[in-house]
Amino acid sequence: MTEPLVVDARGQRCPLPVIALARRAKGLAAGTVLVLLATDPAARQDVAAWARLRGHELVSSELVNSRQVSGQHVSTGAGDPDLWRLTVCVGSAASPSPAASS
Amino acid sequence: MTGAPPSRGYLDAGGHAPVHPMAREAFLAAWSEGWADPRRLHSEGRRARLLLDGARESVAGSLGARPQEVFFAPSHTQALHHAVLGIAAGRRRAGARVTVSAVERAAVLNAGRLATEGAPGGTLDVVPVDRHGRVDVEAMSGALSRPGCALAALQHANGEVGTLQPVAPVHEAARAAGVPLLVDAGASVGHVDVGQHWDALAADAGDWGGPPDLAVLAVRPRVRWLPAWPEDDAEGGWFPGGVSVPAALAAAASLAAVLRDREQASARRRRLVDVVRRRVGAEVDDVEVVGDPVARLPHVVTFSCLYVDGEAVVGELDRRGFSVGSGSACTSATLEPSHVLRAMGVLTQGNIRVVLPMVVDEETVVRFCDAVPDAVRQVRAALGVEDL
Repeated sequence: MTEPLVVDARGQRCPLPVIALARRAKGLAAGTVLVLLATDPAARQDVAAWARLRGHELVSSELVNSRQVSGQHVSTGAGDPDLWRLTVCVGSAASPSPAASS
Repeated sequence: MTGAPPSRGYLDAGGHAPVHPMAREAFLAAWSEGWADPRRLHSEGRRARLLLDGARESVAGSLGARPQEVFFAPSHTQALHHAVLGIAAGRRRAGARVTVSAVERAAVLNAGRLATEGAPGGTLDVVPVDRHGRVDVEAMSGALSRPGCALAALQHANGEVGTLQPVAPVHEAARAAGVPLLVDAGASVGHVDVGQHWDALAADAGDWGGPPDLAVLAVRPRVRWLPAWPEDDAEGGWFPGGVSVPAALAAAASLAAVLRDREQASARRRRLVDVVRRRVGAEVDDVEVVGDPVARLPHVVTFSCLYVDGEAVVGELDRRGFSVGSGSACTSATLEPSHVLRAMGVLTQGNIRVVLPMVVDEETVVRFCDAVPDAVRQVRAALGVEDL
């Protein structure tokens, strides 16, 4: 497998991380793996919902220490923020999930 | 004060419903008659006392409780704080655990934290909910039956998403375990029958069109409790300083009036909420309508829209004449999404909460449904996300 594409949305507030991820995912072939780095507390859940609505798959969501990944302190003003590493596998783009409103 | 002009659609009635005409009338009458301190022994004081006692009897009748079980609180938040802290303190010998659902109001969760933090053996057991926001009976019953549980709290229904909770079977489990159950019925009283499955019950007058600075705590006499605050004999010791007599009268009179019309008003609002659920789900792209579609409050509907911030949608709808709420991160002081939406695992961005007041015309709701798709489209266009 090749290196996954990384979208860095650290420091961005909801809904921007999901928008950044959706922009990057647009037009990608099914099966492509994308990684979103986000410090927004809503990102994990909203990425999961986005994947559910758009027929993508949230492969994993890990909470990682910001220092380990970036080598530097990422601050959004409230101490040391949680950093999420969210891995998504792109689905076949043209098929919105039928279970969207269940 | 006549509230919003008629052309606006006020659809954010949770906890702050438009004033019920009976509340206003009773408030003014009671203010003229009952302005004195009800604890004084003179004629004016006794007159205020009589009015307060009358309000207590009326509310007790409305809730199916006895007058001596009913206490007036200066706010719903304080009713919940004191219920949790007082019962936890009174049952300290049983243990220092408090069991709550993950979607209780912040007042319950925060008081539960305060009651358990630092106490020996103190733990706040937070029971998760499903995608609809409903707690699992087995999980909740199991948690509250663990040794050392002083108190369990389960709301009657969730005011943010409308989902009804299984209070009857949880109350049975709590009784079997000898643990008192606090039921927050702040979003339910006046809208649905809350029944008798409680040991302590909190209700919010602001939610049914009464004064927003008055709430009710009903407590069964068998529940042990101790004041976790300075002693004071007002309201049975539950609420130091007592409450405004006119506010108590206004709450009682409006509740009685609301209950007379409840079934009709609820059936009507349930139909209108069904229209919102159906039309928003069908006409807005990338939307999640959340909360239980059937077992829910008749007047609450919540949905979340992908790629937009709730604040922008609230603003756009306000510009178009509709007042709604939101549980999105950007609409909260803490910049965190609503803990209810988080516990449910649903989309938190672009969240809109609609709580229909008792009196709402169909035409307003239809106009609202017409406005939502375009409002969301407009916010998406501003963010340049229409093609995502």
